[in-house]
Amino acid sequence: MEFDHNFFVGFAKSYGLFYMMAFFFGAVIYAYWPSNQEKFDHAAKSILEEDKVVQK
Amino acid sequence: MISQLTRDERSSAMYLSGLLVLFGGFLAIAGRNDVLGWHGAMLVFSGAILLFALISRFYDDEPARESRHEYYDDPTKFGVVVAMIWLVFATFVGDWVAWLLVFPEATFDAGWSSFGRLRPVHTTGVIFGFGGNALIATSFHVLQRTSRARLAGSVSPWVVLIGFNLFCIMAVTGYMFGITASKEYAEPEWYADLFLVVIWVVYFVLYVRTLARRQEPHIYVANWYFMAFILVVAILHIINNLAVPVSLGHAKSYSLFSGVQDAMTQWWYGHNAVAFFLTSGFLGMLYYYLPRRAGRPIYSYRMSIISFWGITFLYMWAGSHHLHYTALPHWVQNLGMTFSIILVVPSWASAGNALLTLNGAWEKVRDDATLRFMFVAAVFYGLSTFEGSFMAIRPVNSLSHYTDWTVGHVHAGALGWVAMITFGAFYTLVPMLWNRERMYSSRLIEAHFWLALSGTVIYVFSMWNSGIIQGLMWRAYAENGTLAYSFMDSVDAMAPYYVARAVGGFLFFLGGVIGLYNIWKTIKMPAQAHTPIYDLPPVVDVEPAE
Ligand code: HEM
Ligand SMILES: [Fe+2]
Repeated sequence: MEFDHNFFVGFAKSYGLFYMMAFFFGAVIYAYWPSNQEKFDHAAKSILEEDKVVQK
Repeated sequence: MISQLTRDERSSAMYLSGLLVLFGGFLAIAGRNDVLGWHGAMLVFSGAILLFALISRFYDDEPARESRHEYYDDPTKFGVVVAMIWLVFATFVGDWVAWLLVFPEATFDAGWSSFGRLRPVHTTGVIFGFGGNALIATSFHVLQRTSRARLAGSVSPWVVLIGFNLFCIMAVTGYMFGITASKEYAEPEWYADLFLVVIWVVYFVLYVRTLARRQEPHIYVANWYFMAFILVVAILHIINNLAVPVSLGHAKSYSLFSGVQDAMTQWWYGHNAVAFFLTSGFLGMLYYYLPRRAGRPIYSYRMSIISFWGITFLYMWAGSHHLHYTALPHWVQNLGMTFSIILVVPSWASAGNALLTLNGAWEKVRDDATLRFMFVAAVFYGLSTFEGSFMAIRPVNSLSHYTDWTVGHVHAGALGWVAMITFGAFYTLVPMLWNRERMYSSRLIEAHFWLALSGTVIYVFSMWNSGIIQGLMWRAYAENGTLAYSFMDSVDAMAPYYVARAVGGFLFFLGGVIGLYNIWKTIKMPAQAHTPIYDLPPVVDVEPAE
C-alpha cells in the first residue's frame, strides 16, 4: 500500500466520518459516565475551596 | 528574583546564560552585517546582563528552606507586568498604523515606519507579546493552584519567560529592519524560530512535570486547555516554519512548501494559531478565574469537557476557510466550511457555560468591573465565533474576504474576547499574587472597563460598516456591465470609518495605560500582614534540589 495523496484523501472521505464520530461519542461517554460525576463535581468546586485547605 | 534561587540553581542559570552568549556569539560572527548579526549581538548582550546579575548576587543568602513549600509566583508576576507593557507598546503601534491608513504620508520617509513593517510589529506585539506573556503567566498560576503543587523547577520558568520575550524582541526589531518570512503571524526568520522551539519544549516539559507532582487526583479542565495550547502551538510552529536558510550567516530563508501547499500549510497554521493561541489558552483562563471571581463553580463541568474535545478536534479542519475561491481543491474548501459551521456548537457551549455560571450572580457583574470584564469577554467570544462560522460559508466569504469585515471580526475576537478575559483575569490575579487586599483603585478598573468596551464597539462597528461597503462597491456593476466603482472610489469611501477606528483604538490603548498604572500602584501598596493560609500548597516532603 502506498501512503500517497490518494490514500489519505480516500481514507478521509471514507473512514473519516466513522473515526470522528467514534471520537465524539468517546468524549461524550467519558463526560457522562456516572462514576465520573463525583470526580467532576469535586474538581469544579475544588478551585473555590482553596480557602479551606488545612495546613499541617 | 535571583534571591529566590538556591546557589545550585544560580549556577545552572549561569550555564544557561553562558549558552545564550555562545549562541548569540555564533549568530553575530556568522551573520556579521546581516540582521542576523545584530540579533546575535543582542542575544550576547542579554546573556551578558544575566550573567553579570547572577555573578554579582551569587553569594547572597539562599532562600529559606520553607520558601520551597510555597507556590513559586515570581515568574507569574514578571509575566503579568511584561504582558501589560507589551499591551501598551503594541496597541500604541496599532493605533499608529490605524492613523497611517488615514494619513498615508505620515511615514517620515523612513523604511522602518512604513505600514508594511509596522503592521506586523503591532500584530506580533499584541498576540505574542501581550497574549503570550499573559498565557504563560496565568498558566503557571493556575497550574500550581489546581495541582496544589509547586512548579517543578525554579530556573526553567525563567528560561521560558526570558527566552520567549527575547524571541518577541527579535521578531519586532527584525520587521523594522525589513526581514520577514512572509507568513502571516509567523514572520520571524529561521534562527528566531529555532530559538522558540527550544523555549517551547522547556515550557511543555515544565508543565507536564508539575502536573505529575499534583496532589489532586483529577486534572482540572483549565489545565487541559493550557496543555492543548502549548502542545498544538509547538506542532503548528515547527511545521509551518520548515525552511532552508540561504546560508547559516544569513537571515533569509525559503519555505519548504510552495504554491497551494504553502498556502494551505500557512492557513492551517494561521487558523489554528487563532484556535490554540487565541482561544484554547484563554479558555483555560476563563475556566479558572471566572468561577473564582464569581465565587461559583462552573455551571457544567461535563460541558466544559465536551467543548474541550469539540474545539480541539474541529478547529484542526477549518483552516481552509481562509482560502475560499483559490487554487485549493474545492472539496478542501467544503471541508473547511463544514467544520467551521459545526465549530459554532462547542464555541457556544463554552460561552454559554460561562454565562450560565454568572446566572444568579448578576448583581456581582453589575458591581464588580473585574467580573464584568469576563462577562463581556464571554459575550464577545460567542459573537465572534458565530460571526466566524458565518464568514466561513463560501458565498458569504465572497463578500467579506479582502475587506475590513475580516478586520472587524478579528478585533471582536482579539479586543472583545482575548484582551477582556485577560484584564478580568489580571485584576483577579494581581491582588492574590502580591498579597494585597484589593487592587489600588476600583474606579480605575471601572474607567478601564468603559474605555475598553467603548473602544472595542467603535472599532468593530466601523469595520463592519467599511467592510460591507467595500464588499458591495467591489461587486456593483453599472448598466453596461462594467464595474460601477474604481478601487480608489472604495478607498475614498473608507475615510470616515478609518478615522472612527483609529479613535476607538486610541480609547482601547488608553484603557491599557490605566490598567498598567493601576497594577503598578497595587504592587507599590503595602502587603497584607500575612500570607493567607489558603494560598500555600499542602506540605509534602520537598525533594532535594535537582
Ligand atoms: C468558530 C470560530 C471561528 C471561525 C469559524 C472563524 C472564521 C474566520 C473566517 C472565515 C475568517 C476570514 C478569512 C478570510 O476571508 O480571509 C477569519 C479571520 C480571522 N479570524 Fe476568525 N473565526 C473564528 C473565531 C475567531 C476568534 C475567537 C478569533 C480571536 C481573535 C479569530 C481571529 C481571526 C483572525 C486573526 C483572522 C484574520 C486572518 C487573516 O489575517 O486573514 N477568529 N476567521
Ligand atoms: Fe480561521
